[in-house]
Amino acid sequence: MNAAQAIETPVRKEDSMLRQKAMIAGNFRDLARAKEEGKKVVSTFVPGNLNELLMCFDLVRNLPEINALRNGMRGESRGYIMEAERAGQSEDVCAYVKADLGMMAEGKNVPTGQPLPTPDQLLNSYTGCFTFMKWFELVREQYGCETVMLHVPYQGDGTITENMRGYVVKQLNENVIPTLERVSGVRFDIDRLREYLRESAKAEEDLVWVFESAKNKPSPIDAYFGGVFYIGPIFGAFRGTPEATEYYRLLRGEVEERLRRAQGPVTPEGELDEERYRLVVEGPPNWTSFREFWKMFYDEGAVVVASTYCKVGGVYDFGFRHDPDNPLESLADYCLGCYTNLNLPTRAAMLSTYVEDYEADGLLINSVKSCNSFSAGQLLLLREVEARTGKPGGFIENDLVDPRYFSAANIKTRLESYLQMINQKRGRASLAEGGTA
Amino acid sequence: MSVVEIIARCQELFDDLDFAYVRGWKEAAEGRKAIGYMPIYVPREIIHAAGMLPVGILGGGDQLEVIHGDAYYQSYICRIPRSTIELGVSGRLDVLDGMLFPSICDVIRNLSGMWQLMFEGKYVRYFDVPQNFEDDIGGSYYLRELQQLSQDLEKLGGRAVGGDDLRQAVALYNENRRAVRELYEFRAKEPWKAPTSEVYLVLRAGMVLPVDEHTRLTGEYIAAARAEERPMRDNCRVVLCGTFCEQPPLGLIKSIELAGCYIVDDDFMLITRWLLDDVPLDGDPLENLAAAFLHHSGECAAKYQPEAKKKGQYLIEAVRQSGAEGVIFAAPSFCDPALLDRPMLQHVLAAHDIPFTAFKYAENSGQMQPIREQAGTFADSIKLWSA
Repeated sequence: MNAAQAIETPVRKEDSMLRQKAMIAGNFRDLARAKEEGKKVVSTFVPGNLNELLMCFDLVRNLPEINALRNGMRGESRGYIMEAERAGQSEDVCAYVKADLGMMAEGKNVPTGQPLPTPDQLLNSYTGCFTFMKWFELVREQYGCETVMLHVPYQGDGTITENMRGYVVKQLNENVIPTLERVSGVRFDIDRLREYLRESAKAEEDLVWVFESAKNKPSPIDAYFGGVFYIGPIFGAFRGTPEATEYYRLLRGEVEERLRRAQGPVTPEGELDEERYRLVVEGPPNWTSFREFWKMFYDEGAVVVASTYCKVGGVYDFGFRHDPDNPLESLADYCLGCYTNLNLPTRAAMLSTYVEDYEADGLLINSVKSCNSFSAGQLLLLREVEARTGKPGGFIENDLVDPRYFSAANIKTRLESYLQMINQKRGRASLAEGGTA
Repeated sequence: MSVVEIIARCQELFDDLDFAYVRGWKEAAEGRKAIGYMPIYVPREIIHAAGMLPVGILGGGDQLEVIHGDAYYQSYICRIPRSTIELGVSGRLDVLDGMLFPSICDVIRNLSGMWQLMFEGKYVRYFDVPQNFEDDIGGSYYLRELQQLSQDLEKLGGRAVGGDDLRQAVALYNENRRAVRELYEFRAKEPWKAPTSEVYLVLRAGMVLPVDEHTRLTGEYIAAARAEERPMRDNCRVVLCGTFCEQPPLGLIKSIELAGCYIVDDDFMLITRWLLDDVPLDGDPLENLAAAFLHHSGECAAKYQPEAKKKGQYLIEAVRQSGAEGVIFAAPSFCDPALLDRPMLQHVLAAHDIPFTAFKYAENSGQMQPIREQAGTFADSIKLWSA
C-alpha cells in the first residue's frame, strides 16, 4: 500500500482513541457554545497549561497550539499561514503563530467546523518558549483581550531553585488568581484545586505506565505517533477531570492487553507485525503530513519507544506528580519542569537515559523549522547522545504545520539511510560477537 | 585626539576578533578575569565590582568565516550563535573566564546550555530577567538573581564583592550611560557631525574597554566631532529598529547613510543605555539595580509590555525625541523577537502616520546594493512626498 492509499484507508481505532476524540470534540463544542451559555473563555499554552487552576473558575479552555495542529492535520494551515504572511508576518517565524493568526484573520476559528469564541482572557503562560510571549501580544492586539502574564523562569542550571518556585507561586497568588476571579466572577477555592490535582496525579500515574510499557519487546505502543494521541487529554483541556482519569485507565487497560498478547502498536493500517527498529525521537512531529510521515516508520518496522515531544506539556516519567498537599508549589514545579523549559544538558541526559532504558537502536531527531525552543542545539544533542550511548543518531527536518517545508522523498531517503546504518552496525556487532556476515 | 585617531582606535578594537585587548588587560595584573556577555542586557556593574572586565560578545560579524559553527545549527537559525560558537571553538574566547547569556530568545537561551556542554569548567550563567515588573514579585525574584550572580563572581574571583565596590561600579556605569546618552543626543541634533558608522564603532569599543576608559573615549569623540567641520546634507532622519542582537555589518550602516539617511536613533548595543536614568548611589546597590531594571529601563522586543496601549509607544517616543522622519526596520534573518514584534510596531507607526520600511540582514551580509536602493527610495519618498 503506498502513502496515498494509506492516507485514504480508514484508520482502525481503539476505544481509547474514540474516547479521546469525543472528549476533544466535546471541548470544542463547549467553546462554540460558551458565549450563549454565559461562560468565559481563557486561552493558554500547552507547556505550562494550568488546566486544574483554570477549571476552578469554570472557564472554558482554549489552546491555540492544539487548534493550529488540528488545522495542520486537516490540511487548512497552508492558507492561514499565507494569509498571516500577507498581513505582515515574516516567513521566518513560527508557523503555529501564523496558522492561528491567519485563522483569526479569516474570521473562521473553525478547527472542527464550529466557530471559536473570542477569548475573555489570555493566560500568557510564558513557559519554555519565547514565541509564546509574542503570540499572545499579537492576539491581544487583534482582539483587545485582557492578558495576564505568568513568567516561568528557565532552568538554566538544570535545577528548580526556591527563587524560581517562589516567583511563580507569587505570580499565581497575586496576579493570576485575582485576575481569573475577576474575569470569571468565581471565587478561588483551593480545595477545589486540590481535588483536581488529586485526579491529575491518578491520570499521570497511568500515563507514565503507558509510556514505560515501551520498555517491553515488542513495544505495545508507539510513543511518538501514538503518543501524540495519548497526551491529548492530559496536555489539553482535561487534566484534573474524572474523564481524563477514566481515559487513562481505559488506555492503560488496552495497553496491558496488548502486552499480554505480545502485540505491537496499532498503526493506521493495523497492528504492526514485526518490530525491527526501536527508536527514541526528539522533536515535534509534522502535522500536515502526519499519516504519511508515520507510514515511513511503520513500513520499515520502526517503532518509537520514547519521545520528548510527548513531554512538552509536562514531564511525568522522572517522578513528578501534581501534589494536592502543595497545590500552588506543585503547579509551579509542573511549569518549570516542562520539557522545553529544561536546559540542554538536562535534555541530553534525558535522551541518553531513554536510549539506554528503552533499549533503543538510536536517537532520531525530527527538527522543525518553526520551533527554535526545541531545535536550536539539536545538532549538538545528536552528537552528545551518540557519544554517551554509542548508538547512532539520525536527523531529519520538516515543520510543524507549514506544508511547504515537508519534503516526503527527502525525509524518507534520510530515514531509510539511517535505518540501514543501524542495520550495518548490528551486522558489525554480530560479527564481533563471532557471528557470520 | 582627532576624530580620525579615535575612530581608528575603535576600528582596531572592533576588528580584533582575537580579543587581544582583553588578553592584554588580563595580563597587566595578577588574577584578573574577564566575563563575556551576549545581548541585550546584563548588569555589568556586578562584573566590574568583582574586579572583572565585562566583554560584550556580539558574534563574529562579517570578517569571521564560520566553518565549525555551521555544524551546530540548522539553516533556519540566525548567524550570531554560529559565529559565537566559531569564536569559542577556535579558541578566541579562551580569554574569557565565564559567559553570561541573557534571556532574549530561545536560540541564545539554548546556546547557554550548549556552552555548558562544550566548555565544561567555564562559568556559564543563563541570566533570566523578569517579565513581571512589580517590586515584590519580579523585583524580589530579580534581586535574588543579582545576588546569586554576585556570589558566583565572588567565588570565581576569590574575593568578596562589597557594597562599596558595587556603589563605585554603579557610579562609573552611570557616568558611562550619561556619556552615551550625550553622544546620542549630539548625533540626533547634528547627525552630519556624528555619522552612525563612527558612533557605532565608539559603542563597540565599549564592549571591550574598561568602563571608565570608554567614558573618556566617548567624551573625547563628542568633543572632537563637535569641533570638526563637516558638511550638512539634506538627508532623511530615520530610527533604526531591530538591531539589538545580531549586529549588521558596518557596511550596512554605511550603506544606509550613503543612501541619504541620517540614523538619529537605533537599538544597537542596548546595554549601553538600557537603564534610562542614573541608578541611585545610596542604599543597597543591588536593590537599586533591580528597581532601575523594573521601572527605568528601555523597551525592546524581548521585554514584555504588560499594557496593550503602551505597546510600541517607546518607538513613537524615539521618533519624536530624535526628530526622526521615519523608521527603518532592520531585523536579522530568523530573529524571532524582532520579526514577531515588527508587525505590531508597524501598526503603531501607521496609526501615527510615521512612514517605515523593512528588510532583513545577516551579520555577514555582503551585498549592500539592495539595502542602499531600498533605504534610498525610502529617504526619497519622505523627502519628496511627505511635505
